[in-house]
Amino acid sequence: MGTTAVKCKEFLSELNDFLDGSLEPKMYAELQEHLQWCSNCYVVCDTTRKTIQIYKENEIYELPDDLRARLQNAILEKCRTMKAGKAGTGTPDTES
Amino acid sequence: MGTIQSNVTDDAATQEMALVQAAKGGDIAAFEQLIKRYDRNVFRIAQHITQNREDAEDVVQEAFLKSYTNLNSFQGNSKFYTWLVRIAVNEALMKLRRRKTDKTVSMDEDVETEEGSMPREFADWSPNPEQQYGQGELGDILQKTIQGLPASFRTVFVLRDVEGLSTEETAETLGLSVPAVKSRLLRARLQLRERLNRYFKKNKNGDHGGEV
Repeated sequence: MGTTAVKCKEFLSELNDFLDGSLEPKMYAELQEHLQWCSNCYVVCDTTRKTIQIYKENEIYELPDDLRARLQNAILEKCRTMKAGKAGTGTPDTES
Repeated sequence: MGTIQSNVTDDAATQEMALVQAAKGGDIAAFEQLIKRYDRNVFRIAQHITQNREDAEDVVQEAFLKSYTNLNSFQGNSKFYTWLVRIAVNEALMKLRRRKTDKTVSMDEDVETEEGSMPREFADWSPNPEQQYGQGELGDILQKTIQGLPASFRTVFVLRDVEGLSTEETAETLGLSVPAVKSRLLRARLQLRERLNRYFKKNKNGDHGGEV
């Protein structure tokens, strides 16, 4: 075990905030110190960071242009129909 | 820098509120601008949650039509985008329930929130592990991997980590507490990491194991 107060389980519970950069500087420094001697936590942290990055950078559900145009047209067509049906008010419904 | 960034953000927010106000007044061209801003995001979220292309298309249409119909109930207390996403998420979860292919469809269900034990890991990934695969192959891996998560986990993951909503916005959008969002997010991230490990971890020779 190392000299730091931070244990692996504590590190795991703070992992989100550590990766998101939303920790207090003191806690952040303690976790950084833990990573220097705990290779297991280092790998878990590093691969979790890469997991997030990979999903962020590789768009797996792109909306194709042709489908996009079709959906936009369909939505707008229905909006126009709704508007025409409410020609008396000329505004969308107020119900929620 | 901070001031410039803040001004840009304020301008964008002001411009968006102007579009919303115009759309409320029946200006369909203004609503079209709002659709064009966010339809890709709504589709992405819907596809992540439903894991079904047809359902995702329906969700895009239904979410925008519902938002149009209910625009006057949007008070502007939150961003238009988070309000729209809330509608889209609800539509997507309803689609899932109808298909009944996923047992963990509700966001309110009692998902185990205990943090669990520390994963034991000895092999790191290379700096850019995704470069080991072609784009199509990588897409298959990422899709297959996220499909295996419970709906409530992948919903939190897509809103926080793919769409970039804050923890608070995600909580508000899903009707969850901030601790519940944090707990689900941690479990989602760790489960995805665990599943990707087989594709990306270095083997003894420094190569990468795992095949699609």
